[in-house]
Amino acid sequence: MTPDDTERLIRTALHEIAPDADLAALAPDADLRETLNLDSLDFLQLVELLSARTGHRIDEDDYPRLATLRQAVAFLSTPA
Amino acid sequence: MAEFRMPALGADMDSGVLLEWLVHPGDHVRHGDIVAVVDTSKAAIEVECFDTGVVDQLLVQPGTRVPVGEPLALITSDTPEAAAIAVPAAPAAQTAATEASPVTSPLVRHQADVEHVDLAHVHGTGPGGRVTRADVEAASHPAAPPPPTGDHEPRRVRASPLARRLATELGLDLATVVGTGSGGAIAAEDVRQAAAARVAGVPATEPVAPTPVPARPAAAATGGDRTAAMRQTIAALMARSKREIPHYYLTETIDLAALVDHLRARNCDLPVPERLIPAAALLKAAARGLTAVPDLNGFYADDQLTRADAVHLGIAISLRGGGLVAPAIHHADQLTLAELMARLKDLVARTRAGRLHRAELADPTITVSNLGDQGVESFLGVIYPPQVALVGFGRVTDRPWAVAGMLGVRPTVTMSLAADHRVTDGATGARYLTTVNDLLQQPEQL
Repeated sequence: MTPDDTERLIRTALHEIAPDADLAALAPDADLRETLNLDSLDFLQLVELLSARTGHRIDEDDYPRLATLRQAVAFLSTPA
Repeated sequence: MAEFRMPALGADMDSGVLLEWLVHPGDHVRHGDIVAVVDTSKAAIEVECFDTGVVDQLLVQPGTRVPVGEPLALITSDTPEAAAIAVPAAPAAQTAATEASPVTSPLVRHQADVEHVDLAHVHGTGPGGRVTRADVEAASHPAAPPPPTGDHEPRRVRASPLARRLATELGLDLATVVGTGSGGAIAAEDVRQAAAARVAGVPATEPVAPTPVPARPAAAATGGDRTAAMRQTIAALMARSKREIPHYYLTETIDLAALVDHLRARNCDLPVPERLIPAAALLKAAARGLTAVPDLNGFYADDQLTRADAVHLGIAISLRGGGLVAPAIHHADQLTLAELMARLKDLVARTRAGRLHRAELADPTITVSNLGDQGVESFLGVIYPPQVALVGFGRVTDRPWAVAGMLGVRPTVTMSLAADHRVTDGATGARYLTTVNDLLQQPEQL
């Protein structure tokens, strides 16, 4: 999976969680939780979707590495 | 003959619009069956009937605004003790049996039985994401479209709130709209296109199987103004609260080190869908604390407190389009942490999709607000009348913390209580906060 694929996958998941958010305007370094107003349940759902679709193991200690789009792409692109 | 009446879906409701009948005259209904959908300023609410019998007559057409307590239908009772429902002034505890099942009409359930379809796995495309007969038919055929996204969110409605509002405004049945979003989710643009196609005289989609209920007439649409209506509802209720209730406020900062360690250890062995968040544990502790201090759990009416006989924890949930709804998790004190977590997820998803069950809105006995999730450190809440207390949790955050003469860094949360001084005094409130704090120090026993 290329980084572009990964980014698309993350954006798809974010769209499902926050359907009305303007993802086109989402900057790669913007804090996802703050910018998209995700609460802890939303964030858990994001982790759930990403781990299910990428097969990447995501532990609780890894959550900070999903803070922004750029970080999340980098994290999911490295082998677990 | 029993009357099925417009229920009171919360203390702030005096009338509602009957959106849709899910039964026809001649249908057999059981106590607890969902028979109608009622629109309120908060959401489209699925309403169950309180009698077992045969639907004799539907007295009200979809689209009609009906005052609370007015008869909507007549039901011929099977059993002598089945009587007309009184509008519940105070909540009753008899709802637990019905809340867990997915919301479907008796007809759809019957058809699912006939077709051997498991409703839990059917993706609902009906109004409010309900499973319709067409969905059951689709699911009974192998060529049916695959359910969107994963199995882990079977009840998530596949339409954005904006799309839903637009559809209501345009008088368009969402079941007839093809979603182009991920997993077949219906986006606002899909609704606009379907509406444009309808105007042009072209069917928006391939033909869909007829649904057993009449499409909701455009004139009945009130959902388009729901944000504004909800604002008014909140305004009226909060103004009443501040006018009538002499609030007192207490706060306590709680050391969550034990809880956070416990959850971390527990979660690392669990797949993501089963992981717990601290909020679930905070809710559980808040609920259990009420069994020790029951005077905070109940309703104030006629100059006195009526203690509730169960803990139905209202959860303040903010909506993405603005506004706030606080539906209940029933018997929250008796659920395991895992159960409570599952209920919380389900409740938040359904609240944001505008799809709640009558009892969830009608009978919270106290409200908990977890505004900390939005980043604030602490806050003091406003009580939902006729409840007598509101619990607030701020952000779970690391703070310097003195333990045994040493300074360390601990995860902490600031818990607040707003309580009705007509009913309790500060000492009672203090006892409650202390009790919850103690519970959170022994997370393995929560």
